[in-house]
Amino acid sequence: MALDTRTERRPSFAGLLWHSTVGKKTAMAVSGVVMLLYLVAHMMGNLKIFFGPDELNGYGHWLRTVGEPFLHHEWFLWIARVVLLAAVLTHAVAAFQLSRRDIKARPSKYVHKKARTSYATRTMRWGGVILALFIVWHILDLTTLTVNPRAEAGHPYQNLIASFDRWPVTTLYIVAMLALGLHVRHGFWSAAQTLGVGSAARDRVLKTVANLLALVLTAGFVAVPVAVVTGAVS
Amino acid sequence: MKLTLRVWRQRDADADGGMTTYDVDGISPDMSFLEMLDTLNEELILKGDDPVAFDHDCREGICGACSLVINGEAHGPERTTTCQLHMRSFRDGDTIDVEPWRAAAFPVVRDLVVDRSAFDRIIQSGGYITAPTGAAPEAHATPVPKPDADTAFEHAECIGCGACVAACPNGSAMLFTSAKVNHLNVLPQGAPEREARVLDMVGRMDDEGFGGCTLAGECATACPKGIPLFSITRMNREYVRAARKSRR
Ligand code: HEM
Ligand code: SF4
Ligand code: FES
Repeated sequence: MALDTRTERRPSFAGLLWHSTVGKKTAMAVSGVVMLLYLVAHMMGNLKIFFGPDELNGYGHWLRTVGEPFLHHEWFLWIARVVLLAAVLTHAVAAFQLSRRDIKARPSKYVHKKARTSYATRTMRWGGVILALFIVWHILDLTTLTVNPRAEAGHPYQNLIASFDRWPVTTLYIVAMLALGLHVRHGFWSAAQTLGVGSAARDRVLKTVANLLALVLTAGFVAVPVAVVTGAVS
Repeated sequence: MKLTLRVWRQRDADADGGMTTYDVDGISPDMSFLEMLDTLNEELILKGDDPVAFDHDCREGICGACSLVINGEAHGPERTTTCQLHMRSFRDGDTIDVEPWRAAAFPVVRDLVVDRSAFDRIIQSGGYITAPTGAAPEAHATPVPKPDADTAFEHAECIGCGACVAACPNGSAMLFTSAKVNHLNVLPQGAPEREARVLDMVGRMDDEGFGGCTLAGECATACPKGIPLFSITRMNREYVRAARKSRR
């Protein structure tokens, strides 16, 4: 044995990662963190609704001009969209493949059931499905305006009010944001473990940051439709 | 003590199994859980029935042979091995459910006995160091910093029982594999194979059909040796480092 030499070539870094459970989880964690960073920025942008139509519409217009004159009109936005699409797809495909594998690895249940793990942990998969459906609807509603009742390009403030002025829509939105809060609560802490930065000494800090992030994101996103439907913003 | 047991009985790997109810009497609170099962088996043998098959060896919590999911918990309600679990942890008149480890990679052999050789194959894929055999080397030739020795020892405590897999909702062997990887990877003796070890052992773990980690934390709660959940964090770090370094 001691004279054995390793001669086979190892696969590439990305290939190696994608083909192992540990590596695929790393892809999930990285894409999750990318989405998380985006969501923080997105939430702060949304809050401009409280400062009137000019401020929100002006912000929407500015987003299209970021990077000019180096970047052409809307290039920054398209780069962000491509990165986000890649992140969502990577995350969802990895989640699907890993979940299928996990279910196969535990085919028979215990007869004696025990209440296991926290709610946030247990709802990662269904919560993820809710988020995926939400993302599709959200883009159709406020980006492409396909299903928006007003659909006036360049006027996000008016479109947003038109959409959220309906109770069922606001309710769905709030449900999705609660799912997001739960997902982030377990997800942020998980990502720290997956990326190898967690430890016993840092655990309290990481859990606190995860809870704060979940709370702030959910509250920040939910504030907008609630303000619209209650008439605080119109 | 008088107890009602509901025990998983399964003739062989291909047979359908099910829970069978037995009443046992005259159990002392000082008996271990395995001695209680011995009592049941003596009665079954006297009646001409097949005794319940279960794994055991040292009966002192160090070999990792015993198993059993007791009332839904791997190794039962205390943080110890089933052989070190005493009947005083239960009350007179209790009904106790006894099931085998459940995981695709741990098929049932008979009754409560499962085949854990997948663990052996994970060890064979990298859970060793390459060293010339012969006379023992001088103990002080390779200095090991105290914190590293402590970390190695903490992980070396894993007895390979498989409770982590049994408790995991994904049938994942991450806690076991991380204990074995970290034990050797922090030591200078393990350094030459540091990258290959983690890549090969995780690869073997995946090939054996264990699930992935969703950080549910059930494994660390069930582990009789207190291997911490952060062992998995540490192995994740080792894995990405090795994947990066081994690229050529
Ligand atoms: C496309 C819809 C989504 C699906 C299907 C999905 C699904 C999942 C699943 C199944 C997990 C693993 C859960 C576990 O390990 O128990 C996960 C983890 C995670 N998700 Fe999502 N998710 C989605 C969207 C999002 C979004 C929008 C974010 C951004 C906030 C996000 C952030 C995370 C993070 C940070 C993790 C932790 C990664 C890790 O465990 O290392 N996910 N997701
Ligand atoms: S990590 Fe703990 S539960 Fe898992 S095999 Fe080792 S000793 Fe048993
Ligand atoms: S029989 Fe050896 S650890 Fe339980």
